[in-house]
Amino acid sequence: MSGLHIENISMRFDLPGGGSVQALKDVSLEIAEGEILSVLGPSGCGKTTLLNIVAGFLAPTEGQVRMKGHTVTGPDAERGMVFQQGALFEWMNVRENVGFGPRMAGKRPSEYRENVDHLLDVVGLRDFKEKAIYELSGGMQQRVALARCLANDPDVILMDEPLGALDALTREKMQGLVLKLWKETGKTIILITHSVEEALLLGERLIVMAPRPGRIHKEYRLPFADMGVNADLREVKKHPDFNATREEILSMIWDMEEEIMGRQEAV
Amino acid sequence: MELLSDLWSELVQVLGALVGAIPVIVGYVLLILLCMVIWRAVKRGMTPRRDFGSLKTVTFGDESAVNSNFAASVISVVLIFVLWGAFTGSRLLPGFLHVPGAFIGEGSFTYTAESEDGATDDATVQVIVHAMGEDVDAAEIAAGDGFARDDVLVVAAYRSQLLSWDDNDEITRDDGARVIAVNGAPIAEGAPINVGFADVSLTGRGTLNVTPSKGWQMEPIWLPPPENVWTRLVEIATNGFRNSSLAEHLSYSLFRVVVGFVLGAMVGIPLGYAMGLSNWFRGWFDPIVEFMRPVPPLALIPLVIIWAGIGEVGKVILLFLAALWIMAIGARSGVSGVRISKVHAAYSLGSSKWQIMRHVIVPNSLPEIFTAARVAMGVCWGTVVAAELVAAEKGVGMMIMTASKFQNTDVVIMGIILIGIIGFAIDMFMRWMERVLVPWKGKG
Repeated sequence: MSGLHIENISMRFDLPGGGSVQALKDVSLEIAEGEILSVLGPSGCGKTTLLNIVAGFLAPTEGQVRMKGHTVTGPDAERGMVFQQGALFEWMNVRENVGFGPRMAGKRPSEYRENVDHLLDVVGLRDFKEKAIYELSGGMQQRVALARCLANDPDVILMDEPLGALDALTREKMQGLVLKLWKETGKTIILITHSVEEALLLGERLIVMAPRPGRIHKEYRLPFADMGVNADLREVKKHPDFNATREEILSMIWDMEEEIMGRQEAV
Repeated sequence: MELLSDLWSELVQVLGALVGAIPVIVGYVLLILLCMVIWRAVKRGMTPRRDFGSLKTVTFGDESAVNSNFAASVISVVLIFVLWGAFTGSRLLPGFLHVPGAFIGEGSFTYTAESEDGATDDATVQVIVHAMGEDVDAAEIAAGDGFARDDVLVVAAYRSQLLSWDDNDEITRDDGARVIAVNGAPIAEGAPINVGFADVSLTGRGTLNVTPSKGWQMEPIWLPPPENVWTRLVEIATNGFRNSSLAEHLSYSLFRVVVGFVLGAMVGIPLGYAMGLSNWFRGWFDPIVEFMRPVPPLALIPLVIIWAGIGEVGKVILLFLAALWIMAIGARSGVSGVRISKVHAAYSLGSSKWQIMRHVIVPNSLPEIFTAARVAMGVCWGTVVAAELVAAEKGVGMMIMTASKFQNTDVVIMGIILIGIIGFAIDMFMRWMERVLVPWKGKG
């Protein structure tokens, strides 16, 4: 049994002033090996909570995450994570950051150095291997984060809005890079994003979540990721289905937001 | 109520002293402004700059457009030495820069004595004012005529001298004679008369008190000129002070600081880590650290002296305590300040707890620890000097305290300058270490 199984996850946080918040309710998902899944939803729908549970940073109050036949009880090198920003180690240079996982696994530098250099070439940081992290731009830093995750060769890569802090042009380039890496490495990827466009472009499958309690609202199977592997992303965006789906999802999310606002006004 | 009125009168005194200093401060500021005007004029004459900064039209309020003007810094330092020299009559300065000094040389005035029967007679007093420390013999002079005879008075600069004018007169005070005028001006008790080079006043017993004018310069016992401080530095560096060489005094002070700081860091950093990583340790030490931190180390000096005496152990304990809390708090906030995403990332990359500690938490806390170390070194340096002022056999603080007891102001000033230079050097050293060891500081 391969792939990732999210089975009936519920998550309830107790509030300090008494009472509790139902962040996730009865979420189930099957993610096949090598699949790229994007997760979309209005703020407060629990998508980051879901990712943290899959990563093993949080234990769900009900349900479980199973992977390769065992239950997830904590973080592990089999599930790599790419954060929005600020998760690189400033006290190491680019190459040391990327080599961090193998080094922690007890490998000697001679064993992983070649792979690290190769990955840095792939993400386009050939000339920046010895640079300090704070000398890089935001886009370059996210390339380092991607390479660092890949260098550890995880089965699943979890991305928590990895491109959220980048400017539009850099973001588009990085979207292409993510697709390219997905195709080349065949990793299972779960991508959380705010951007409908990004979710459509990068997800083979797209989950739209609804808030209060956080739950899966709708699921789409999409052809655009496969198209984008071989074509210019801007060509993909011109596809009539792309625009139609985008409009549909946008209005869905708008409705959810309106509903939240309405509920707050009623209170 | 009495306390309040006491405090009020103290406040009035303090404000009075401040108001008295205003002309001096205003003079100093005007001098600096004058330098600025001259500098700007000179600079305008030179090639205009064409860099980005000089093309900015909005510079007021733009922090990045303000950087320390090197010329102003040089002028500031030079001016301090020039003022110092000018007010102490330094030989390093050309004479025209000196403010008027105390009168030295010879002068004379006449007094008019009146005998009981109303007869008056004038006599001349020749006054010889010599520099402090010189020995001058009174010259023999002709006594002159009349019942009041001429006198000679020898007086040191900055001092005053009583003139028993009638010692050689034919009619003395015992006979009812008295002085009624000086240089022709009537004199009364409490109303001194200026005779040009000195003030002459009439005392209650009828003698004359001659005070040569002191000028604006400081007496060396208050402020010695720079060259005296320098020669004293050379002398102490070669011959030592109080049975110890200058190097010994400085080394002892530095030794105490370094040992106390290193011990404080060795205990404080692990303590801070423990507080940052464990609830139990945080709860255990929070009350202790939070109470001890605001206690100035200087307040511990009496207790440390009672417990450990005035030897090295007491000093090192004091400095250990001074550094301990600062380092503990620095390490604690360094650990607490780690971004959770870094820790999560390291776990996802397969790190063990120990590896997280070694490769994430410790390096991440280094910038905070260095900031704390800089503060701690500064506090330790201040504390060691203060502790040596109180009681010590060697050390730079002891040196200036002993010197002040013997009015060796030049040694005191030399010591203060050395203390400042060393404190500055320590800070520079810590900054350099910071640049080399934690280059990512402030760039995360």
